[in-house]
Amino acid sequence: MKFGIVVFPGSWSERDMHYAVSDVLGYQAEYVWHREAKLAGFDAILLPGGFSYGDHLRCGAVAAHSPVMGAIKEFVENGGFVFGSCNGFQILCESGLLPGALIRNDHLEFRCSAGTLRVETSSTPFTSQFSAGDVVSMPISHGEGNYQADDETLATLEASGRIVFRYVDAENQASAEANPNGSRNNIAGITNARGNVLGMMPHPERACESLLGSSDGNPLWQSIAAAVDAGKS
Amino acid sequence: MSAISQELLDEVALSRAEYEAIVDRLNREPNPLEIGLFGALWSEHCGYKHTKALLRTLPNTSDRLLVAPGAENAGVVDIGDGYAVAFKIESHNHPSAVEPYEGAATGVGGIVRDILAMGARPLALMNSLRFGLPDDERQRYLLNGVVSGISGYGNCIGVPNVGGEVVFDPSYAGNPLVNAMCVGIIEDAKIMSASADAPGDLLVLVGAKTGRDGIHGASGLASRTFQEQAEMRSAVQVGNPFLEKVLIEACLEAINLPGVVGMQDCGAAGITSAAVEMAERSELGLNIDVAKVPRRENEMSPYEVMLSESQERMLLAVKPGHEERLFELFEKWDLDAAIIGTFEAGNQVVVSDGAQQASSTPVVTLTDAPEYQFNSPKPAWLGELQSFDLTALPDLEITPNEALLKLLASPNIASKHTVWRQYDHQVQNNTVVSPGGDAALLRIQGTQRALAISTDGNGRLVYLNPRVGAAIAVAEACRNLSCVGAEPVALTDGLNFGNPETPDIQYQLQETVAGISEAAAAFDIPVVSGNASLYNESAGSAVQPTPIIGALGVLEDVGRHAKSAFRDEGDVVVVIGADSPWDDINGLAGSEALSVFHDEVAGNPALDLDLEIRVQQLCRSLIAKGLVNSAHDVSHGGVSDAVVESAIQGNIGATIMHDATIHDWVAALFGESQSRIVITCATPDAEVVLNAASKAGVPATRIGTVGGDRVRFADLIDLPLETVGDVWLNSFQTATSG
Repeated sequence: MKFGIVVFPGSWSERDMHYAVSDVLGYQAEYVWHREAKLAGFDAILLPGGFSYGDHLRCGAVAAHSPVMGAIKEFVENGGFVFGSCNGFQILCESGLLPGALIRNDHLEFRCSAGTLRVETSSTPFTSQFSAGDVVSMPISHGEGNYQADDETLATLEASGRIVFRYVDAENQASAEANPNGSRNNIAGITNARGNVLGMMPHPERACESLLGSSDGNPLWQSIAAAVDAGKS
Repeated sequence: MSAISQELLDEVALSRAEYEAIVDRLNREPNPLEIGLFGALWSEHCGYKHTKALLRTLPNTSDRLLVAPGAENAGVVDIGDGYAVAFKIESHNHPSAVEPYEGAATGVGGIVRDILAMGARPLALMNSLRFGLPDDERQRYLLNGVVSGISGYGNCIGVPNVGGEVVFDPSYAGNPLVNAMCVGIIEDAKIMSASADAPGDLLVLVGAKTGRDGIHGASGLASRTFQEQAEMRSAVQVGNPFLEKVLIEACLEAINLPGVVGMQDCGAAGITSAAVEMAERSELGLNIDVAKVPRRENEMSPYEVMLSESQERMLLAVKPGHEERLFELFEKWDLDAAIIGTFEAGNQVVVSDGAQQASSTPVVTLTDAPEYQFNSPKPAWLGELQSFDLTALPDLEITPNEALLKLLASPNIASKHTVWRQYDHQVQNNTVVSPGGDAALLRIQGTQRALAISTDGNGRLVYLNPRVGAAIAVAEACRNLSCVGAEPVALTDGLNFGNPETPDIQYQLQETVAGISEAAAAFDIPVVSGNASLYNESAGSAVQPTPIIGALGVLEDVGRHAKSAFRDEGDVVVVIGADSPWDDINGLAGSEALSVFHDEVAGNPALDLDLEIRVQQLCRSLIAKGLVNSAHDVSHGGVSDAVVESAIQGNIGATIMHDATIHDWVAALFGESQSRIVITCATPDAEVVLNAASKAGVPATRIGTVGGDRVRFADLIDLPLETVGDVWLNSFQTATSG
């Protein structure tokens, strides 16, 4: 199992992702520079959080046109697993690999806190090691995580089980109080129609050890590894 | 007498006597460029004219010390397992007063580059902020601008901001304080020096292009008082955190290239200060060609290029023949890199613009700024304040319940979580104790160790007794570390004072440094770095003397740490450090209670350093033995506030009993006597804890039990946890969102 972790100028979660998948879980991981136009030897690609290109134009807008994104689109078309969190999610939306857009948090502030999420489905390559309905803790840290999509797109996402994570409160309700940024339907993470691309605002790589407050992010990487294994066997 | 105009001298903040000294040393009149160079290097900000002699008296030795204070951009200490830590605190007060967002943002950027210059990866940031009272719209504007600036810059560069302080007092209304501390980690002790090796080494400028921003930042903004803020706006730099982030990564790669021998950040006074300091440290001369400096504006004069404070730039010293790989590296990161000069034998700094020489000055003449020494008497007004009779205060006309709620609502005491949540405090995956605890705790990946960091300052106490107040700042910063279980190993200090040309401020300065020295010596730890910001005055009125102490602690086993939140129902509450936690009337000296209830800043604070050290040692040893379920420093708001905060954080109440007579309930509940820590332990461990305290010569008193959903103090206070929680958690937001 080998993860490729893309590095854009201004990324800052790449080292945390490397730590979570490699130091904590023991998978292989290698950085991929954004100018690489070809991807070879990777089982899954991770797009990290951060401020690629300083959020110039819009979050993720410039990174979406990096040479590596062409290679990633090809990788996705071939059924490869691609995961993006935070700025990675923004890049996936900007590049058209995921529908919708992430705009400024409704309260207009950056928000860093523990995030409480409900796993809406375990029937994805990213969540098979969770149980549907699990309430998990993964930190959030963003200024522009307010997920927006038109009604039709939203209905499609809901109907086809593509909403993978939702912000919930202590009572497991997707309430307004639980929503840290104004996202429609409390959406924290979604997949593409084929189900091999996941984008989410929370940071599973930060939830990798109980010493840091949570290890709830680890099943996500283990799910990807299981999906890769299943594909190989 | 020289013919130079007063106006020109004012522009660079040189006195006429200093100008005459320059003429004397050069044996000629300096040309306009040289006046600019001297103005920058002899500024208070770069030259430490009024503090150099004092700072030399601070303790500066330790077995852990790898880079001595003052030798480089930041001191470096050994933390074991092959790791070293560089850390430093720096002020950006004047820029933040003029333009709060950019002032605070570039303050963060500047301190990060200081740490980067040591070859360290920035590991964490903290900020210590002071404003006037938030009932004024301008103060709220400054606060929100500063917090947004720190958030906007810090979050973008991927360095966790793990807390600090936000304090309000009317004395800061015209002159807010913005101090930023950065802690960086160096693997395998590969420490960089800000110097060249030998004549012929190349001076390479990397990072952002140079523009006209920030000219006279060091000499103007930071080195005199100012009244017309608007006229100074052009002297504030504008930051680009994205460039800083890529500059960090590029520089950390660059130091591993062969031939890269030195690194220095461009901060105050830009290329002038950075390059001349490198030459001085290398004991070499230097030729600089300003025509080689990449620019973002046209037709800049040598003066403007040399004095620009454009952000996100570093200087490297590179062996000739090794520049090509360096250029490739910076091209990979889309950053400029240009050879702008050469180190030379001798000791002359020559600045040219292409073929034309613009100035030629001996290094030492430039760097050897005058030193002003003073020994000023204690002002008469201070004696009066200190002898204020705390026993003669009028009785409060509110109940203890009301008094507690009023104090919890004070913006100085109320939770700052609405500030901390705007800072990314988790990136880099090391944050074990987040903002809001006594100290932040960061583990060192790949080891069992952790670093604790804290900033502390108390302008009121220093105002009332500079020597004792400063020692208290050291004691409390260290106490914060001990409360998470870490042993203090080093300090950094940010001195924020008024005009050092006046006797009262001089007294405050000399006494403060003496107090820091006494306390640091008692703890046996060095002050490894620091910064002095003087002329913090507005319309003739100085800020309270405010030394901010940054403390660094090491915890050998990260698994054995404590947090401030109460943990388990039934745990026993113990106060260590006082025979009776209740009855020290002098604890009201300079306290938040005295200010909130009586609108007074008066009294004479006290500190017993020997007791302080024993209390902290005891706390650490109890935590290391796994006996402590929570620990929280008694500080603003006294024992009652410490208990209430721990209860709210742990979402569990407490009942505090006391069988002796309480003579003065305000002092009992809210007094701020030093050297006290509220700890909790499991009931079966209580005897062990009390015995250990007795053996250590530390007074300790069992005062109550954790549990329930109310907080009770004897027959004085009885409130639902939810009520105190609402007030403590929401009052800061209410007070500051106007």
